[in-house]
Amino acid sequence: MRSSGSATVIAAFCLAVSMAACVLVLRHIDQIRPHATLDDALYISSPKIVKRASLGFDGLMACIYWTRAVQYFGYRHHNHEVSYNELAPLLEITTALDPQLIPAYQFGANFLAPRPPWGAGQPDRAIQLMEYGIAHNSDNWQLYYNLGFVYYTELKDYKKASEAFARGAEVPNAHPFMRLLAAQMAEHAGEFSTARMLWKATLDTNRETNIRQNAIEHLRSIKVDEDVTNLEAAVTRFGQRTGRLPSSMSELAAAEHLPGIPVDPDGKPYVLTSEGRVLVQNPDDFSFITKGTPPGYKPSAAKFHTRS
Amino acid sequence: MTARIIHIARNTFREAVRDRVLYNLIAFALLLSAAAILVGQISIGIERLVVINLGLTAVSLFGVVIAIFIGIGLVSKEIEKRTLYTVLSRPVRRWEFIIGKFFGLAGTLAVNTFFMAIGVFGALLYVVHKFSAPDALILVALYFIILEFFIICSLALLFSSFSSPLLSAVFAFSLFVIGSFADDLRGFAGMAHGLTRWVVTGVAYLVPNFSTLNVVNAIAHQQPLSAQLILQNTFYALFYTAMALSGAVLVFERRNLK
Repeated sequence: MRSSGSATVIAAFCLAVSMAACVLVLRHIDQIRPHATLDDALYISSPKIVKRASLGFDGLMACIYWTRAVQYFGYRHHNHEVSYNELAPLLEITTALDPQLIPAYQFGANFLAPRPPWGAGQPDRAIQLMEYGIAHNSDNWQLYYNLGFVYYTELKDYKKASEAFARGAEVPNAHPFMRLLAAQMAEHAGEFSTARMLWKATLDTNRETNIRQNAIEHLRSIKVDEDVTNLEAAVTRFGQRTGRLPSSMSELAAAEHLPGIPVDPDGKPYVLTSEGRVLVQNPDDFSFITKGTPPGYKPSAAKFHTRS
Repeated sequence: MTARIIHIARNTFREAVRDRVLYNLIAFALLLSAAAILVGQISIGIERLVVINLGLTAVSLFGVVIAIFIGIGLVSKEIEKRTLYTVLSRPVRRWEFIIGKFFGLAGTLAVNTFFMAIGVFGALLYVVHKFSAPDALILVALYFIILEFFIICSLALLFSSFSSPLLSAVFAFSLFVIGSFADDLRGFAGMAHGLTRWVVTGVAYLVPNFSTLNVVNAIAHQQPLSAQLILQNTFYALFYTAMALSGAVLVFERRNLK
């Protein structure tokens, strides 16, 4: 009995030590061999083969591939990589396995379309993906909305964007703003108002937390871009009137009859530089601003929100 | 007759429980809990889909594995342990033995599926916080999975009635895989000509068509199923099960047990 007890203790000890040793050795091996990238995981690139191999459980397989696509994009985006070669194939396999997997189109197109560092910079593949999604889910007006979105934001192709919104407006139960967007695109109306309308529509029609947060981030950034544009125009007007630049933001505010020192969406006053440029105090607080940043500023990838 | 079949079925169920078959429920519960919690963190927008897809796929695969690995031993183990002779020396017919074994295993799988279904609905509630009417369709998918188990149980019994456990497992699992491609086989038959067309069409109808019973993805997307499909699938599964069980009885009736 006693020998049996001591054997148990020794065996348990050996088990624990061996397990710890295995983990330690593997960690050392990981350091000396080249890192296996996530690209390596795409062993089978044919959607048809993957579908056959799933033995009818293609819905689960699609979820796995979609998660792989999210992880692939997130991993490379986090590491500031600019090539996303396997992203489009991963999304194609995902949607071939489950053509009704709407998040794969909505998020996938917005992983693919934006230029780096926000996305893969492949708007053409994003459009292919969306068209495939529309072909299989023609009653989903949001897919047309996303297609128009890609045409508008990434390609500035107002005609195609207008067509996409107009097609979506024909879908039963489509949101009324689709017709409005189609008209606005056709007129090529003001950039800020159109962009604000698109993101506001995204915010109003989505329940997904990530999408809503992202829309809020974009709306905040659009507000900053618009404010900076207007304030810099005011600086130019001030210069044309007085022959000099305003010495401070308060002087500019007084000259333009503003109710107070203009502030960004976080309530922090905008900064006027001696060269007459208008800056936000903390550019990292606005993930998608294109104006109001100091020279040479690079956006932080960690603040990425998925775009849809 | 009915009492004898029920008795054999009850003993088969007890034996499966004694063999700790229901322990797979622990693995299933862990799998679903982990999926429900983790997927929300590593993926986007598919929490509900994953719970339904993974849950129902796991119910199906766990059940298929149990059906095959218990089913193949139902006859051969009784012969090996010589308990079959004791049973058959009593007023029990051979066909009653086979049918009783089938119901015992089918009952085990139904109980197993019942507990797994509770797990699936529990995980779903954790993810969506509130059930909606289309979630009731999951019950239809579970019903189809049970029908699938009936077919596999009967096939495992058929193979077990004349073959060794190892070969029975290979045959049953192969048929499960081929049955998952039954629609493709029929498509292939449509493209073939002459004798090949006849042969492939025959094979396509002979192997069980599991793809018609697999509605997991449609249910995950809340697509409604027609009552006609439910009825036809029920008939198909019952007829196929009856066919395989009849085959098992035919073989077993003629088998020399000496």
